[in-house]
Amino acid sequence: MSQIVVEDLVKTYRVAERRPGLGGAIRGLVRREHRTVRALDGVDFRIEPGELVGYVGPNGAGKSTTIKILSGILVPDSGRCEVLGHVPWRDRVRYVSGIGVVFGQRTQLWWDLPVIESFDLLSAIYRVEPERYRRSRDELVSRLALEPLLDIPVRQLSLGQRMRCDLAASLLHEPPLLFLDEPSIGLDAVSKLAVRDFIRELNETRGVTVILTTHDMDDIEALCRRVIVIGRGTILTDGTLDDLRARTRGERRLILDLVEDEPVSDRDAEVVSRSGTRVELRFDPARVTATELISRLTARHAVRDLFVENPPIEEVIARLYADEDREA
Amino acid sequence: MTDSLRLWIRYMALSVRAQMQYRASFFLAALGQFLGTATEFAGIWALFSRFGELRDWTLWEVALFYGVVNVAFALADALSTGFDRFGDTVKRGHFDRLLVRPRSTVLQLAGQELAFRRVGRLLQGALVLGVASASLELDWTAARAALLAAAILGGACVFFGLFVVHATIAFWTIESLELMNTLTYGGVQTAQYPLSIYAAPFRRFFTFAVPLACVAYFPVVAILERDDPLGSPFWLQCIAPLAGVVFLAASLQFWRFGERHYTSTGS
Repeated sequence: MSQIVVEDLVKTYRVAERRPGLGGAIRGLVRREHRTVRALDGVDFRIEPGELVGYVGPNGAGKSTTIKILSGILVPDSGRCEVLGHVPWRDRVRYVSGIGVVFGQRTQLWWDLPVIESFDLLSAIYRVEPERYRRSRDELVSRLALEPLLDIPVRQLSLGQRMRCDLAASLLHEPPLLFLDEPSIGLDAVSKLAVRDFIRELNETRGVTVILTTHDMDDIEALCRRVIVIGRGTILTDGTLDDLRARTRGERRLILDLVEDEPVSDRDAEVVSRSGTRVELRFDPARVTATELISRLTARHAVRDLFVENPPIEEVIARLYADEDREA
Repeated sequence: MTDSLRLWIRYMALSVRAQMQYRASFFLAALGQFLGTATEFAGIWALFSRFGELRDWTLWEVALFYGVVNVAFALADALSTGFDRFGDTVKRGHFDRLLVRPRSTVLQLAGQELAFRRVGRLLQGALVLGVASASLELDWTAARAALLAAAILGGACVFFGLFVVHATIAFWTIESLELMNTLTYGGVQTAQYPLSIYAAPFRRFFTFAVPLACVAYFPVVAILERDDPLGSPFWLQCIAPLAGVVFLAASLQFWRFGERHYTSTGS
């Protein structure tokens, strides 16, 4: 049975229109004009236990609205939503004790308290029995290497240290489902990798279902087998990373390291970028095969090295949005 | 219920420990509040030494109202920091965090901070109460003491309720509402004088809408055992503090309504 079922979810917001100028501001005090914005316009998906799903989209696409509905913070206008057998916003208190939520930009730890005190308090808030709490806390502390941080007040931690503590804090009650909202935002490279490794291990060894929203496409490529892309309140694609790449009409990249700095052109390929002797070309494998293109180019130019790649995932997604824009 | 209470006590203990990291700042804030409220009372004193009586109420009788209201307000103020700062909590999106925790939002906000610095007003109010009681030579029977406790607790309920109402409004507007400050701080100012000196519409408002009179005026009249110029019967004076509990219950109901509004609009 699916752990998360979302069917035809619709959510609209009423936004107050601001009129320009002083006159407008005064009129706005008396009577406000409202405009309805459809944040979610019929969203459907299902997520099975143990999946690690990337949920991506530009700002304002409906990403955080979805997460807020799934975590019981918002009530949708219509549609069905069931998580862990609960309707999240009904019976909120019982439901949320089974989920973990990390908001990357806002800590859930108590600013002035040592980390360990926040953990203790959270275990009381989540009603975790002392024995179970000690076990899960010790495990998280050792896996995230938190031992040296436990007695430090949260306000003195670096962003990366704080994120590791926040991850632990959201998992003390051992939820089977974890929502991660931009967990890597603002982190340095080392912390990013540590967080990524931890999430992967959590998913693989503990079988925790993870829903990850992020702007960082490296996170997605490193972690997610499945990616859901949302734009303007509807799901644009839902599938594996490879499916997502295939959606962009099979575009591939050929990267050449030339011996000499010279112009490169071909009727079936387009130069995307060049820096010094390195040239990156875009081509459609349906029009020209990689071997054909390579033999043509190596015949005309002296090539030191070359390789063929898929386009970076950012560009794949940017392309999806652009297609969506054209259709709109 | 006992579990919630235990958790709340835990919150309070942590909050005190966090504040003790800034010990000097705590003592200065408490001292400042003590002195600030003390000048307030000095003003009343000056008024009475110039004019003698206020419609047949003596200084120390008025001091009793003053003490009850200020102690009650200090208690509510110390316990309601979470509601007091709620506008900011909503604006910065921190309320979502409370919603994803398996506890009532009221408990989590009430647990946000025990504002220990409010002890300044509390001590000052208690001191005035003590001096007033000595000057009036009140005999503290169990019944009188119970009535005094009921008045203070009922008063704390009313003020706490006002803070809850103030916070609830933040679900609709982020403008800080000066009107609500008129009710809380103005309420303190109003209720520290006997109700009978005010005009009828005013009296009605503070009896039936925001029942500050029920938690200060009526029980204190009963404690003083004097005839009420407004003619209320003794039994009514004794049960009047219950109105504070009713007011708090109504405020919490309003809070729940506001919370439902928030979860349906997300703003």
